[in-house]
Amino acid sequence: MSSLTQSKELIENVSRRHFLGGMFATGAFVLAARVVPSELLAQTSAFQTQAEGAALHPSVYLGIQPDGTVFIVTHRSEMGTGIRTALPIIAADELDADWKRVTIEQGIGDVKYGDQNTDGSKSIRDFYDTFRLAGASARSMLITAAASQWGVPAADCTTELHEVVHRGTNRRLGFGALAAAAGKLPVPKAEQLQFKTKSALRYVGKDFPVYDLADIVTGKAQFGMDAKRPGMVYASIEHPPVYGSKVQSVDDKTALTVKGVTGTATIDAFKPPHGFQPLGGVAVIADSTWAALQGRKKLVVNWDASPHASFNSEPFKLSMIETVHQPGKVVRNVGNVEAEFAKGGKVIEATYYAPLAAHASMEPPVAIADFRDGKVTCWASVQNPQATQETIAAALGIKKEDVTCHVALLGGGFGRKSKPDFAAEAAILSKKLGKPVKVVWSREDDLKFDFYHSTAAVYHKATLDSAGKPTAWLARSAFPPIASTFEAGAKYGLDLEHGMGLNDLPYELANHRVENGPAEAHLRIGWFRAVANNYHVFASGSFADELAHAAGKDSLQYLLELIGPGKVLDLKSQLAAEYWNYGAPYAKYPIDTRRLRRVLEIAGEKSNWGKKKPGNGWGIGIAAHRSFNTYVASVVEVEVDSTGRVRIPRIDQVYDAGVVIAPERGRSQFEGAAVMGAGLAMLGEITAANGRVTQSNFNDFRVARMSDAPVQVNVHMVDSDAPPSGIGEPGVPPVIPALANAIFSATGKRVRELPFSKTKLV
Amino acid sequence: MITLTVNGRQRQFDGDPDMPLLWYLRDEIGLTGTKFGCGAGLCGSCTVHRDGQAVRSCQTPMRTLAGRQITTIEGLSPDGTHPVQQSWMKANVPQCGYCQSGQIMQAVSFLKTNPNPTDQAIDSAMSGNICRCGTYQRIRAAIKDAAKGGKA
Repeated sequence: MSSLTQSKELIENVSRRHFLGGMFATGAFVLAARVVPSELLAQTSAFQTQAEGAALHPSVYLGIQPDGTVFIVTHRSEMGTGIRTALPIIAADELDADWKRVTIEQGIGDVKYGDQNTDGSKSIRDFYDTFRLAGASARSMLITAAASQWGVPAADCTTELHEVVHRGTNRRLGFGALAAAAGKLPVPKAEQLQFKTKSALRYVGKDFPVYDLADIVTGKAQFGMDAKRPGMVYASIEHPPVYGSKVQSVDDKTALTVKGVTGTATIDAFKPPHGFQPLGGVAVIADSTWAALQGRKKLVVNWDASPHASFNSEPFKLSMIETVHQPGKVVRNVGNVEAEFAKGGKVIEATYYAPLAAHASMEPPVAIADFRDGKVTCWASVQNPQATQETIAAALGIKKEDVTCHVALLGGGFGRKSKPDFAAEAAILSKKLGKPVKVVWSREDDLKFDFYHSTAAVYHKATLDSAGKPTAWLARSAFPPIASTFEAGAKYGLDLEHGMGLNDLPYELANHRVENGPAEAHLRIGWFRAVANNYHVFASGSFADELAHAAGKDSLQYLLELIGPGKVLDLKSQLAAEYWNYGAPYAKYPIDTRRLRRVLEIAGEKSNWGKKKPGNGWGIGIAAHRSFNTYVASVVEVEVDSTGRVRIPRIDQVYDAGVVIAPERGRSQFEGAAVMGAGLAMLGEITAANGRVTQSNFNDFRVARMSDAPVQVNVHMVDSDAPPSGIGEPGVPPVIPALANAIFSATGKRVRELPFSKTKLV
Repeated sequence: MITLTVNGRQRQFDGDPDMPLLWYLRDEIGLTGTKFGCGAGLCGSCTVHRDGQAVRSCQTPMRTLAGRQITTIEGLSPDGTHPVQQSWMKANVPQCGYCQSGQIMQAVSFLKTNPNPTDQAIDSAMSGNICRCGTYQRIRAAIKDAAKGGKA
């Protein structure tokens, strides 16, 4: 069933009003609302977009005014991917609108938009059809209105850049002139609509600048950090230095003497599990950000003891490594690896380790909240405005509907800003103080109190036959899981973490077992760009290369042999739980290893793989992985000088993400992913001593600077008609093992621990 | 009382003399194009010009600014047509955009002293400015484009 047909059925379902209550209750509404035109739904908030107020508004996402202005609502958060432009482009193209006459509006948090959690690289995947539908519905209504005005069959009319045209007579009417009449027509059903053919597309698949480009380069763009409300005060919060400890006593006498400081306020500690609740702590309130930060330096807080004060990174690393050398929970099994291992033969085994890492988006967490008359309005840099509504509502004991969340531009997110604890802090303080409060996290707060990218140990063991082909392959991983955010003390990974590079190894293996061992979280763990793929694929992509070398084969050739001729994989019989597939239906987005082969083959060609012999400090490495339903191969070149310093002159990234709306933004995402992957691999590490995070700022939590970053990243997009899949995240994971493999190629040294900067290479 | 000039306009300041210029610009006079990134001179997001030279505004106390000329991203050109801004748009540099004011201010100041830079010189001049989205390759291209008068 195509999703457009699905959309139609859902619209029909929802149009039976009495059904709505039940759908809210079951949560099915969220899915349905992806495709629900606005008139079928009661308004859920007092805030109205200009699209909704327009003369013609066939969808919550789109409206057209009599002056011809087209309003298109982006309900996903803009944090640098270009989504705020790409979704409206889809609708504008189907509408045949003149892009210059489109105004983009940012949607508030509201269930009527469907899912708004801008993570998982799924905005286009899940809303491509929705925005096509919005544009095509409006176009059809405009054509019907014009045809009726001219007294001609609608079939004789078409559109041309913001006008309806009667083919026979070349009569023309602008979209604006038709908006009022079209607005009185019923919204057509999806199956009555005509969608553009690929060749007729004006914007989709072409290069276009992002909507906010001029504002960004002139400093006018409004990020969450830039928001201001009348009567607002500033807050800087001292959080518990060890996860789980609570305020015992506060001495704020000196803090209150700081000029500009007006008071302090305590925020209660969370009740486990912490979820997205604030950590708790003591806020210093002031009339400027600077005064609040200064006041904090003078604040004396005594904290009670936390069991997590025993957390030290080095012993914890050793305990995880021990865990992955013992049997774990089986999450995938085929054949019998133990029986095969018992036969002897050439055994290869390796253990990999990745530390905690921080998101460190350039804009630290920031939010303004204004509590008045029992309701909250907030302005925040959040990836998930509906979760922000829920978190604030729960913190204040009010209804979700009484929280209005406006989403500003995000100065980066990378997963951190899906967790709106900082917005709840602002709301709690605003209620206490009776005025709007802006909570600003310092960089130190950001690095010490993140929802961290998890640390992991991964063990691989395989036996090779005389031809170098693996006869059995065991993979075992342990990491403090994201589940610990939602269930205190959870030690095993969720299906989503297993399904990120652990239980989805796409090779034809007769004997293959995958296990997950326990690991406890001692601070907040969350999803970070590409999530568990980063550490799992660092291990599996490095290990495949180790096998290639053990087999005496070329790394690229070996990967192609592991994959085989390629096919749609059926993992069902091998997995302990259903493969989560990034939340996408498997029939529409299966694991098709022909596509993985193809990105590898293209990567080989584009990177001149095999043309230059490694040596004299130069090396080249390759890896490939499917994540977020997108197939990616990365080839990394390195130069390692006599001091062991690594320079990355070139990375080639090949991706197949199906239909790509904004190829230029695709390039930018895969360029950026190469930089982030290289930075994570080479530099970034968060550690803890006695439960306290050691790093505090960019001096000790290192991210890639221009001098560290790959010099040239070439991005190659596979031209594909497959349904659209992820762009933002899948470019990160394969870069990490490709870099490790390149370092091996250059130096003969196999680095199995991130960050590589800790290993002396020469 | 400190008298300074910000984007060509004379201003007077009588607050905490230790307050960094960053917070004066952002919280007091509403010039929010200059960003807070680290508060420690480590990331370059807050870069502005003091008498034409790039400085980190988070490390520049107000007491040091009497008689000084400050230029922020808002004052770089009246309408966003500074050659560096144009090259930035041509190369579609920004992703999230948060660090880009600082990157542009750093690049403008650098090009004044080195109008025809090598890649190495660019890397060295720009490595104090972090972009977590990883737009470095395009920043380098935009700087070269601006150096060639937009004819790169």
